[in-house]
Amino acid sequence: MDTLSTLWETFFDGDSMREALPEMLTVGLPNTLILAISAALLGSVLGMLLAIAGISRTRWLRWPARVYTDIFRGLPAAATILLIGVGLAPLGMEVWGHNPYPLGILALSLIAGAYIGEIFRSGIQSVEAAQLEGARALGFSWGEAMRLVIIPQGVRRVLPAWVNQLIALIKDSSLVYFLGLVASQRELFRIGQDYAATTGNESALLLAGLFYLVLTVPLTHAVNWIDRRLRQGRAVTVDPDDDGGLALVGETALPPQTATGKDQR
Amino acid sequence: MTGTATTTSVSLNVRDVHLAFGANKVLRGADLDVARGGTACVIGPSGSGKSTLLRTINRLIEPDRGDVLLDGRSVLRDDPDALRQRVGMVFQQFNLFPHMSVLRNITLALRRIKKLSEDEATRIARAQLELVGLAAKADSRPAHLSGGQQQRVAIARALALQPQVMLFDEATSALDPELVKGVLAVMADLSAGGMTMVVVTHEMGFAREVADTVAFMDHGVVLAAGEPAAIFEAPEHPRLRQFLSQVL
Repeated sequence: MDTLSTLWETFFDGDSMREALPEMLTVGLPNTLILAISAALLGSVLGMLLAIAGISRTRWLRWPARVYTDIFRGLPAAATILLIGVGLAPLGMEVWGHNPYPLGILALSLIAGAYIGEIFRSGIQSVEAAQLEGARALGFSWGEAMRLVIIPQGVRRVLPAWVNQLIALIKDSSLVYFLGLVASQRELFRIGQDYAATTGNESALLLAGLFYLVLTVPLTHAVNWIDRRLRQGRAVTVDPDDDGGLALVGETALPPQTATGKDQR
Repeated sequence: MTGTATTTSVSLNVRDVHLAFGANKVLRGADLDVARGGTACVIGPSGSGKSTLLRTINRLIEPDRGDVLLDGRSVLRDDPDALRQRVGMVFQQFNLFPHMSVLRNITLALRRIKKLSEDEATRIARAQLELVGLAAKADSRPAHLSGGQQQRVAIARALALQPQVMLFDEATSALDPELVKGVLAVMADLSAGGMTMVVVTHEMGFAREVADTVAFMDHGVVLAAGEPAAIFEAPEHPRLRQFLSQVL
């Protein structure tokens, strides 16, 4: 019983949670959202550019995109954040002063861009070549056909994978604490960790975990919902009353004999 | 729907068109002549180059050599995107955009390429859908239509741009047999309305009854071309006789 009560007090101490809650709500949560949303936007834009470069016929676009993706997907997120956040710190100090957020967002965006680029690329490449041909046959240029027809379809197909990447981004935003945050810059994890360090009780850290779950679990279910909707949207239902249009176009227009002769395939 | 074709149909001439994919010579000097407002049906075995020939006419594939003329003028130096607005094309697999409604499939090019207002584009699109008997399906997604309905939407989409020539690439080959007649009826009506058309088809009955010219292709060349009666009733070329004996 002693062990159980010790464990309970370590992780579920109401007083510790109540003490950390206001700061998590007013400081940690907004900062986590700023980091995650900014990096998601920048990472998605970068990912789209990488995806388009990755399918380009020009190797001078394709190869750099490949190398970039291999590097930023292959490095541990913590290493990238430290390399950029610390390595570029002197430059960051000149531009933004003592604020590690821009470099943290940059690092998170560069990482997310590599993953999202691969997600978008696979989606775009999954769109049938006939769609591009159909658009080009209407008189659209390659760029217009990609922008209006191919990319919207490709992105739609990989929405679940893209949302998964956003979930990973929310969690990875906790790594920005490596860059040294002042009190008002701390995100959820750092606040929880600080309370845990000063009180010796892990309840505030558990509370931070609960905040992450509140952010990520609905997104996980959103992924499933989107996936389900897209699958249902692809179902084909044929109108049983379809007469092939004869009633309206007038069967008299048709030749009296329409023998079907298919050649050998 | 007779009379829906544009009044600006043009003649079409394909002259000695060659095309190779690497060592594979797909077209080896193909010729085709279609009078203004005429319909040419292109028949032949699989792999003979019929669909590739169509794609060189609207330059979805650029020919290596030869010429394509509309009303006697070469189009090979024209802007290919502008050319494709003059030469509509309907595909075997419809190639409708599945993420858009039927209406938007038709208005997209009207809005973005023709730069029409939304009201004007919608009016034209609805009128075209009315003509192919699908006005009630304007807000449906293509996936919720039958194959025959999708193909009629594809025809309406191409016609909305008021092309001078229409190309049909095996437009009924992917359809269930009971849906073929409706699409052929639309095509026959379009032909009767004076649209210049090139129709790659396996429907010999359609070719016999609707075409002004039937061209038989084999190994990348047009081996025989003439009026349907001459092609079907008195075929001179031995390869054509062999082909017809297999498909009729």
